[in-house]
Amino acid sequence: METKKAIISVKDLVKKYDDFVAVQGLSFEVYEHEIFGLLGPNGAGKTTTLEIIETLRAKTSGEIIVDGFSVDKQPQDIKQIIGVQLQAAGYYPNLNLIELIELFAGLYGANIKPMEMLEKVNLQDKAKAKYKALSGGQKQRFSIATTLINQPKIIFLDEPTTGLDPQARRNLWDLIKEIRDAGTTVVITTHYMDEAEQLCDRVAFVERGQIIALDTPDNLIDQLVNSGFERKKEVKKANLEDVFINLTGQEWRE
Amino acid sequence: MKKYNNLTATLALAKASFRSIMRSPSAVVFTLAFPLIFILVFGFLGGGGTRIDVGVTPGSDVNNPIMGMLKKTGMIRLVKDKSNAEFDKLLEKGNVDAMIDVHRKVNSAAYSVNVVYTSASRDKGGILKSVLNNIFYDKTLKPTVAEIKESTITGREYKTIDFILPGQLGFSLLSTGVFGTAFVFLSLRQTLVIKRFFATPVRRSSIVIGEGIARIGFALIGALFIILIGHFFFGFTLVHGALTVVNMLILATMGIIVFMGFGFIISGIAKSESMVPPISNIITLPQFLLSGTFFSIEAFPSWLQPISRALPLTYLNDAMRKVAFEGLGLWDVKFQIMILLLWGIGIYAVAVKVFKWE
Repeated sequence: METKKAIISVKDLVKKYDDFVAVQGLSFEVYEHEIFGLLGPNGAGKTTTLEIIETLRAKTSGEIIVDGFSVDKQPQDIKQIIGVQLQAAGYYPNLNLIELIELFAGLYGANIKPMEMLEKVNLQDKAKAKYKALSGGQKQRFSIATTLINQPKIIFLDEPTTGLDPQARRNLWDLIKEIRDAGTTVVITTHYMDEAEQLCDRVAFVERGQIIALDTPDNLIDQLVNSGFERKKEVKKANLEDVFINLTGQEWRE
Repeated sequence: MKKYNNLTATLALAKASFRSIMRSPSAVVFTLAFPLIFILVFGFLGGGGTRIDVGVTPGSDVNNPIMGMLKKTGMIRLVKDKSNAEFDKLLEKGNVDAMIDVHRKVNSAAYSVNVVYTSASRDKGGILKSVLNNIFYDKTLKPTVAEIKESTITGREYKTIDFILPGQLGFSLLSTGVFGTAFVFLSLRQTLVIKRFFATPVRRSSIVIGEGIARIGFALIGALFIILIGHFFFGFTLVHGALTVVNMLILATMGIIVFMGFGFIISGIAKSESMVPPISNIITLPQFLLSGTFFSIEAFPSWLQPISRALPLTYLNDAMRKVAFEGLGLWDVKFQIMILLLWGIGIYAVAVKVFKWE
């Protein structure tokens, strides 16, 4: 990473629901132009944290600054510079992809060519298709296209690869890396550690609403190895997923 | 940074919503197909509605304004060229519903009308009686020519379609407003579409207004379609032509806005899509039956009438009929509009309380 400038800073974030504390005192920074992973089991508070940063959810306490804007005072400014992919979100019914992109362009006040947005995620052939008719991987790529409409500085992806087959997953990783390389900061949540290892520049482990580790995947692995950890099984040079990809082919299928 | 434009966002939403509605089978069925089917059924039932056969007593004057007016009602068929004896038989069997005998009064411009009803056809006799009562204040009085002309204006042109169409139009607005709005907002909320919208800079008011514009636009296109089909195919009366249509569409806009309020409330209280139809029916069905959609509310028993007179659709239907058939202006139906407005205020006061965004 050439720069270490923080574009998101979260300090002592707390979120309480009636009698349940979802997030208890989270603090972390996301640097510009990196892919930052929030990892952790279900219910650890990843989605809640994301949604608070995205201004979709009110926090109980703490301070969050996104590219210089405060979530408390300037949520509208934050919305204009972020792109959001929600877990399991649907799209306006009965519209095709082009029309959905047009709708979002209107909502963001962005002047874009819908077809170009679809080309970015390789969905130009599906321009006239309905969202519901897309495959899992296509749906996720479309969702990512909608996050790019306002040329955001940061995009948030909540479990974008859950439920995808290995080819679709790898294809999505490439897309996400391209987006990062084009200068956009990416914040992503995932359950898959191989994905985080391949994709993320830095990762934070969240457990019961707290961050229990934060570093690059390499450093975290080295730390564990240095502590004397050994895998029970000797690591081979390939894993079963490599076999799968090797047998079924690398190419992207719908 | 470019200034964010709320209007652009609102219009983008209106456009998206309108496209979506046009492709939604249920919206098209409720707004267009149902009312058109009813209009078709009633339109064909009654090119003249009920038909009453009236025998003309041999020797009666036939070239008088009364006969002309009876013919023009479209309900009455005059049976001529039969003998008294033949008529007596027909009357007994009820094949002829009544006999009429018109004579010019001696030394007068007026006519005397003698009507004989038959117990074999009491119901149609009753209709004839009211038709005649419409034509003259009292058939035993000597009508002057001026009196006849006055009563012809309201008396003669009232066709079934003139009653049915405004009622169907009102009901179409009610169902599209209630069902459409309730379904859309519930499903947008449940599928997290609204949440995704909230991640953009769009305002909540833009979402509601955008949806409203689309639904009103769709309802008005539907209304215009119904009015034009009614007018050109079934002879629906538009007293002042295009002006009447514009007035009706203005009334339709007020109606749909009020009815959409019910939809907002339902979308707030329904927990799932399957709860929308029952709750919506609780609101629409009584109005469908009691608001003068099919029958004039005067036909209801007196204990039921106050309920009818409490429903918003009653006033929309009433205003529509007055504007379309009697040719009244919007100011003349201000009472009906005021009641609608009161309903609107009440409904939206509740809607603001129960509506849910997520």
